[in-house]
Amino acid sequence: MSLFWILLLPLLGTVVPLLTDRFGRTACAFATAALPAMALVLVLSHLPAVFDGQAVVATMPWIPLLGLELSVHLDGLALLFAILVLGIGLLIILYARYYLSDKDSMGLFYAYLILFMTAMLGIVVSHNLLQMWVFWEMTSVSSFLLISFWNHNSDARKGARMAMTVTGLGGLALLAGVIMIGNIVGSYDLTAVLNSGDLLREHAAYPVIVVLVLLGAFTKSAQFPFHFWLPYAMAAPTPVSAYLHSATMVKAGIFLMARFYPVLSGTELWFVIVSLTGLTTLLIGAYTALFKHDLKGLLAYSTVSHLGLITLLLGMGSDMAAVAAVFHIINHAIFKASLFMAAGIIDHETGTRDMRRLSGLWKYMPYTATLAMVAAASMAGVPLLNGFLSKEMFFAETLDQSSLGSLSWMIPVLATVGTAFSVAYSLRFIHDVFFGGEPEELPKQPHEPPRYMRLPIDILVALCLLVGIWPALLIGNLLAVAAGAVVGGDLPDYGLYIWHGFNLPLLMSALAMTGGAYVYFNREKLFTFQAQFPEANANLIFDKSVKWVMKHCARFIDWFENGSLQRYAFLLILLALVLLGLPLIDLNTTAGLRPQIPVDAVMLSGAALLALSSLATVIWHRKRLIALLMLSVVGLIVSLAFALFSAPDLALTQLSVEVVTIILLLLALFFLPQNTPKESSPRRVARDLTIAAIFGGIIGTINYAIITRPLDSISDFFLDNAKSGGGGTNVVNVILVDFRGFDTLGEITVLGIAALGIYKLIARMGLFKPTSDDDGRPWTEDKHPMMLSVISQGLLPLALLVSAYIFLRGHNLPGGGFIAGLVTSIAIIQQYIAHGVDWLKDRLKLDYQKVIGSGLLIATLTGLGSWAFGYPFLTSWYDYWTWPVIGEFEVASAIAFDLGVYLTVVGATMLILANLGQHTTTERARETEHQ
Amino acid sequence: MEAIFAFCVGLMTACGLFLTLRGRTFPVVVGITLLSYAVNLFLFSSGRLLINGATILGQSDQYADPLPQALVLTAIVIGFAMTAFVVILAIRARSDLGNDHVDGRNPPGAGLPSDRLKEKN
Repeated sequence: MSLFWILLLPLLGTVVPLLTDRFGRTACAFATAALPAMALVLVLSHLPAVFDGQAVVATMPWIPLLGLELSVHLDGLALLFAILVLGIGLLIILYARYYLSDKDSMGLFYAYLILFMTAMLGIVVSHNLLQMWVFWEMTSVSSFLLISFWNHNSDARKGARMAMTVTGLGGLALLAGVIMIGNIVGSYDLTAVLNSGDLLREHAAYPVIVVLVLLGAFTKSAQFPFHFWLPYAMAAPTPVSAYLHSATMVKAGIFLMARFYPVLSGTELWFVIVSLTGLTTLLIGAYTALFKHDLKGLLAYSTVSHLGLITLLLGMGSDMAAVAAVFHIINHAIFKASLFMAAGIIDHETGTRDMRRLSGLWKYMPYTATLAMVAAASMAGVPLLNGFLSKEMFFAETLDQSSLGSLSWMIPVLATVGTAFSVAYSLRFIHDVFFGGEPEELPKQPHEPPRYMRLPIDILVALCLLVGIWPALLIGNLLAVAAGAVVGGDLPDYGLYIWHGFNLPLLMSALAMTGGAYVYFNREKLFTFQAQFPEANANLIFDKSVKWVMKHCARFIDWFENGSLQRYAFLLILLALVLLGLPLIDLNTTAGLRPQIPVDAVMLSGAALLALSSLATVIWHRKRLIALLMLSVVGLIVSLAFALFSAPDLALTQLSVEVVTIILLLLALFFLPQNTPKESSPRRVARDLTIAAIFGGIIGTINYAIITRPLDSISDFFLDNAKSGGGGTNVVNVILVDFRGFDTLGEITVLGIAALGIYKLIARMGLFKPTSDDDGRPWTEDKHPMMLSVISQGLLPLALLVSAYIFLRGHNLPGGGFIAGLVTSIAIIQQYIAHGVDWLKDRLKLDYQKVIGSGLLIATLTGLGSWAFGYPFLTSWYDYWTWPVIGEFEVASAIAFDLGVYLTVVGATMLILANLGQHTTTERARETEHQ
Repeated sequence: MEAIFAFCVGLMTACGLFLTLRGRTFPVVVGITLLSYAVNLFLFSSGRLLINGATILGQSDQYADPLPQALVLTAIVIGFAMTAFVVILAIRARSDLGNDHVDGRNPPGAGLPSDRLKEKN
């Protein structure tokens, strides 16, 4: 369990800076550092176990049904990366405390930083591939926030967007790769995957998986041709660059390759892709770095180049190369983080990072200069420093490989050339900045930074030296377990010595040193040569390609999503036709064995009326009022059908809904044109008729096939338990308010939401109030005929009484909250029709929104009430009481629930109709005039 | 009777679909209403057709299947709410856009669907 805290502590830590921001910068920095520091201690506490080779894994079920679980582990590789992420992260927190100005929101910066740290930690300690991928995406998102931290700066926004796009796309490729791996292995568990190396390598989909996973790794690790985003990400504050582009973000890609090394490497495909990409990136990065005038630009390309070096090592296929790769991961993280921080200090204290303006800073900041020189020397691979050791191992491995067959000799040669350039740009970094005469016209008078801003660099540079001198003592064990995890087996014998005797790698080093020095001191020629080439601006190219994609997406959307409901509906129906029609072909006999009901004259005439009125609705659909009348005939016959086929509740509901619907549509006709113009071409009509007829035929066939087959229903349960369990004899109502009460609660909630949505739509509607119908006839003057007013007033109490009766008997006889609610609504609507909104407004002071609200509240509270008695949500309770006069009477908690249903239905129906209706009166017009 | 029932359901579906495919809001609303009648009948009939069956306990030996009835009952009410929503949407669309087309014909100046993408940039 304690393993989970490694992730949870930093995750909690993301809110700490936001909360402590107000207590001052130092307090905020310390508070921020506390939780990651605890996580680091926790990681270190597992050190002995990992060194012993024990499996340190913790698993927690998440969604067991889907086989999803949260799983965290610490093996050698995860341990190494966790230490790097947390250790360097802590130094960055200290550094950023001094780097950020008062204008920057420190709390926000730290929050993003810790979020990123959590994501990165998540990648390395995840024991489940999908979980790892989620963290992988989290690094993309949080790095976007960090790179665009100075979001007033358009470069920062663009750089962040580019990084996000490139790494995000790579992330999608990775997801595809991970899912394929999961499908082949049958598990996303890392142990299972790592044990399935042969299975994966021999699978037909192996090449696809390798390409997808490598796409993820290469985009994240800025490998050619995806390296272009990294220099633009330098628009980030320097602490971010120092963190993301030395030890973490870009190393995630490397980590991924190392993680999958045991299962995906070992084939020709892997060697060729990885080693060639690495080599190309190494050379391009090293060469380009030399020409960058911006300190951070130089470091960015240098990072690209070193990442290429590590990738090349992972592509060489020997176990020793993997050891060297891991070793260089450590060394690069250490010296590159310190160099970025030094560059940040120079920028901070002089006001510029342009090497054409900087010079002679040695005089002003000797201490920082010394530190930077040591770190740069390590980057160049000078002996006695850590960079030298891994570079020697790298050279030794280039000599000992055969990735390219007979062309393999090219790799050591090109590696030496790349390293020579690395020496050259390191020299440039030192010489241009710290030496070469007095600086002129710097924005600020340069001086040493605050003591503690330098401390992180002190520590890292000390590590460069210590690891360089006593490698085996300091990191021998860590390297061994980490490399062991990469290789996935026993490591070859190797020694971490400074001195291997005079050998070929040493000669290559010497050549690279002298070559680098030569290149640097003759750089003028190279600069003139390079100046002939127009500089490719990746940003412009990126923008252009994004625009191109957007343009084509827009064109596609305009074509595909053209706003025509007709078209969408048509495509939807077509799809449903295929999906429904195809299985029917396999059904041999349409009619089932169930005995059928004999037809009599009444049924036949009802069916004929239904068919005719349906057709009439279609035929006269352009005369809207007539279509509506025909539609109401259909609705009435449907409710008769319900009555005929033993569903009295449904018949009642359908009848009352029918009334409300027709009133609603009649109201709608006031606002909409009363006729539909003839528009569809004959071809369109023919097409629609055909597809509608086929679809209707299919539905009819399915329906016939279903209802002629014997029924095997689960309803016996409801019939058996309605009385004993729910206390009611109307099984339909008992199902609604008891067995499936939760469904009903959801449904009345939907009803309430729909009504509120409608209220909102109406409330902000621009006034569109025709004074006459489409034919120019004015609306009738006699709005509220006397007869109707008088009779309806007398009917109201009767109607309400009926609805109360229907409501009360609902549990045992046809009726219930839904039907009673509708009947009440109709009674009230009748008053609206007969008297108008103005008249009713003074007499009926009901806020329908509150009615809906109280209905939902009552229903929910009834459900919650059963908790008080220790029963599950919505368990109903009932008992029989003998009341004077009335006699025995049942009291059930379900009736309270039904009351909630009743109120919601009344509120919703009235909210819809009364609101729409009041727009048709003069009342509304007067209101608008006043506004 | 089953055949006639199924025929009616099929016919109503066909009529509803045809109206749903028209280019103005009102026929679409009528079509959806017609379609919802058909759907309700279809769902209801999955409990099989039974004449003079009982839904109240103790009235008869032969019970109508109460489960589809309960489901369809709420479906009818919610169907009304949804029809109302579509109707109001149509009215609102007419007052905002000045027409009642659903065939993708935009009033002048309304722009293309992809304009939404451009706004975001």
